Amino acid sequence: MRCRKLVDIGRRQFLTGGAVAAAASATALLPTTTQAQQMPIRARLDYPSEMLANIAELTENVPLDVAYPDDFAPGVLVKFGRAVEGGVGPDADIVGFSTICPHKGFPLIYDEDDRTFSCPGHYSRFDPEAGGMQIWGQATQNLPQYILRVESNGDIFAEGVDELLYGRLSNMF
Amino acid sequence: MAFKRHVDRLPIIPAGAKRHNVTCQFCIVGCGYNAYTWPINEQGGTSRDENIFQLDLTEQQPADTDAWYAPSMYNVVKQNGHDVHMVIKPDYECVVNSGLASARGGRMAEMSYSEARSTQQQRLTDPMVWRQGMKVPTSWEDALDLVAKVTVAVIKEQGEDGLFVSAFDHGGAGGGYENTWGTGKLYFEAMKIKNIRIHNRPAYNSEVHASRDMGVGELNNCYEDAELADTLMVVGANPHETQTNYFLNHWIPNLKGQSMAKKQELLSDEEHAPARIVIVDPRRSLTVNACEVAASKKNVLHLAIQSGSDLALLNAMLTYAAEQGWIDEDFIAAHTEGFAAARLANSMSVEQAAEICGVAASDIIKATSWIAEPKSDGHRRRTMFAYEKGLIWGNDNYRSNAAYVNLALATGNIGREGGGCVRLGGHQEGYVRPSDDFIGRPAPYVDKLLIEGRGGVHHIWGCDHYKTTLNASEFKRHYNERTNKVKAVMDSVPSGDRDAQVEAILGAIRDGGLFVVDMDIVPTKIGEAAHVLLPAATSGEMNLTSMNGERRMRLTERYMDPPGQAMPDCLIAARIANAMEATLREQGDEAYADQFQGFDWQNEEGAFMDGYHQNAAGGEFVDYEALRAMGNNGFQEPATGLEEGRIVGSKRLYTDGVFSREGGKALFMEAQWRGLQAPGKQEQKDNYPFLINNGRANLVWQSAYLDQDNEFVTDRWPYPFIEMNLQDMDELDVAEGDLVEVWNDAGSTQAMVYPTPSAKRGETFMLFAFPTGVQGNVVNEGTNELIIPNYKQTWGNIRKFSAKPRSVNHLSFKSKEYPVL
Repeated sequence: MRCRKLVDIGRRQFLTGGAVAAAASATALLPTTTQAQQMPIRARLDYPSEMLANIAELTENVPLDVAYPDDFAPGVLVKFGRAVEGGVGPDADIVGFSTICPHKGFPLIYDEDDRTFSCPGHYSRFDPEAGGMQIWGQATQNLPQYILRVESNGDIFAEGVDELLYGRLSNMF
Repeated sequence: MAFKRHVDRLPIIPAGAKRHNVTCQFCIVGCGYNAYTWPINEQGGTSRDENIFQLDLTEQQPADTDAWYAPSMYNVVKQNGHDVHMVIKPDYECVVNSGLASARGGRMAEMSYSEARSTQQQRLTDPMVWRQGMKVPTSWEDALDLVAKVTVAVIKEQGEDGLFVSAFDHGGAGGGYENTWGTGKLYFEAMKIKNIRIHNRPAYNSEVHASRDMGVGELNNCYEDAELADTLMVVGANPHETQTNYFLNHWIPNLKGQSMAKKQELLSDEEHAPARIVIVDPRRSLTVNACEVAASKKNVLHLAIQSGSDLALLNAMLTYAAEQGWIDEDFIAAHTEGFAAARLANSMSVEQAAEICGVAASDIIKATSWIAEPKSDGHRRRTMFAYEKGLIWGNDNYRSNAAYVNLALATGNIGREGGGCVRLGGHQEGYVRPSDDFIGRPAPYVDKLLIEGRGGVHHIWGCDHYKTTLNASEFKRHYNERTNKVKAVMDSVPSGDRDAQVEAILGAIRDGGLFVVDMDIVPTKIGEAAHVLLPAATSGEMNLTSMNGERRMRLTERYMDPPGQAMPDCLIAARIANAMEATLREQGDEAYADQFQGFDWQNEEGAFMDGYHQNAAGGEFVDYEALRAMGNNGFQEPATGLEEGRIVGSKRLYTDGVFSREGGKALFMEAQWRGLQAPGKQEQKDNYPFLINNGRANLVWQSAYLDQDNEFVTDRWPYPFIEMNLQDMDELDVAEGDLVEVWNDAGSTQAMVYPTPSAKRGETFMLFAFPTGVQGNVVNEGTNELIIPNYKQTWGNIRKFSAKPRSVNHLSFKSKEYPVL
């Protein structure tokens, strides 16, 4: 029996048969008038620095569900036990990724055996040990990875995303 | 670092953006897309009245939304000389793809020429002529005058057989009905050029001669048939990677049982079940993998035959089906001839085939049962038979193709719902030309003649032999030598003295030289040898019509300007004709000059009306205005009329049982097994340890002519992969990502090792036609009797020459297979 875990985005209304349901509720909260609107506009988005977890919460090769840069953008933190691309922490082995497929927005499934994400929608595969590189698939971009920072107390902060997230024409609303 | 664009937001398509019909310019499937363009100083907004989706874009959009596009779908291009924003995104209303984008088509915008965003800066923008050791931009008039004068001079000396031509004959990018007509009219009507070859093979011939000789056109069904079939059978094809959205949108739903309602609605008086599939391929492809995920392993039968043994398998299946009484006697009697003779001649027992093919006899019986045994309610089983390059570019093309069509005919599966015997295709089609009957059969083996020193001038249209021919190493050696002779003399005379220049070139040609004119959209490998480069426009930079694998014809509307002075191939052909006519008149050869009349088209629509409209079956009902109205769903050829301004097409061919032969009866063909047919193949197999099987990958279109300038692709595949068995890797002491030389008696090439647990011992699979490692270098010159190349049956040796270079160090080498539970 292969062991894998559906990376729960907190809303399990995705796939039943081949049908597709919403990745996020259409009744999502509208963003409030943000501070950014009152400030001079910058070239890139100002991502929030958000604490996602503490290193102590992570177990090797067990993804921890998170959301970033808001509650409607599911992702995970994973600790691999060896240094990987974009990895942070004392062993440079902790990474964070969006878990929505950048092809058609289906939720990805994590395979603990070979440490990959696979999309049940159209069979795309991504390698979180190689910067989210699409191993094979239909997407035209690699998997969005979080830019992470770790405090001395082990708190892990996300501070940016390196690709456009599926389902939004701006990574932040 | 895995390539990342670091794009965190994109311009929003405003409500008033222009919307253009676009058929994907790449593979045969021809997915519907739309190009949206709007002025550079305008942008849409997130509120419902500010964007084309009429949606609140401050909300996360759901999976499979129409209201999202990837960064690869956006660019800034020129339209009528002005920068505009452009998004090219898949069309949810198109019945072909229902909103799906492939990893190829989803990059159309990013792979457009953009000065503002520096994409596809490799594109040719101006005519170039060899001057003093390099190619230098020049005017169209100057370049065309040189082309015409040298071409005419060679014809005067050697006759029209001295003009060699390599020309695309496809649809999609660079092709289309407009452009194949333009070149066809020049070389088949104004002239009668028989030393001509097609973009991907060394002669001017059909890849499916047998099917056509049997009266069965090779694109005879519709994509919906893949949803209606009881059984899908596919030989030598990998549609998940190479006809991706046909597979995902029409095959997979049937395998999952999602088309049951459609089956029951359209075919209500018989029993139905989700489809099963028989896949014949020496390699476990990603198509096998996806089918197992979709349909479970018990409904997928993968016959992993010995490379090149397809014919034995197909003959055994026909023999067994006939023995079991599973053939369609009524259909055979009413609509075919030659069955008894073919059955006798092709007789092959299941046991014999099992031995030759290296698969279990029980699996051959199972496959035959799946495709031919009547259903439990007594209805004939509906089976769709598909094939592509594994059969076409494999052993004994003509006979293998015939054996497959025999099987489809014998089971009564051509011209009925859920049936068809179809090639899956590579590119789209766009073929209307004057008759090529004068070329004869077999057609001249053009690449061999060029190696032998024949011909004086070579016109190349969108072809790159250096990447896509067989015996490529030898071809390049001779071709470089011949073209260098001409370069040397061109350097020896002032280029402004046209008469002296032409005379010098002719002198070099008499000495075995070759003068080369290359028409293309990008610099090619063979183009490096050329003396004149003429820049062409591609799909979307011109209006362009094509048809897909179910003969669905659409018009891609021009949505951007071609780069620089580039223009459509049909107009380049016309201008060459004009220049040759002028040259001939200057020389007083009025009679020959008169043959070059009729090339006065001012735009691509002129070529379309002169070609397709007047010459295609049903072409009289088809023009640009009608096609625009038909949108991305178009119509299926042939057109049969017009109803209220809409073109009426033909969903399937041969539904009336009348086939494309005199008398209307399809012909069963004798096609005996005879081992590895092409010269030198058996010897190669005996002498080298590794099968160098080869083919395509989903990320790469064709010879990577655009992908080679796309970072997303070159990051993933800096070198062509070669999939290898893990034990073989151990024995050769090679590791993942190592660069290896692949070599044999024909030549050598290089590739990057991709460990592949499912690869059989001694069997590798290499990416075909890739610029940084040309598989054709190790393919010998052996063809079939009609000069169809045999790329697939290639054997060679492998040795490491380098550990992972920097460009490979960051790559993932994990399994491409989706995990099967």
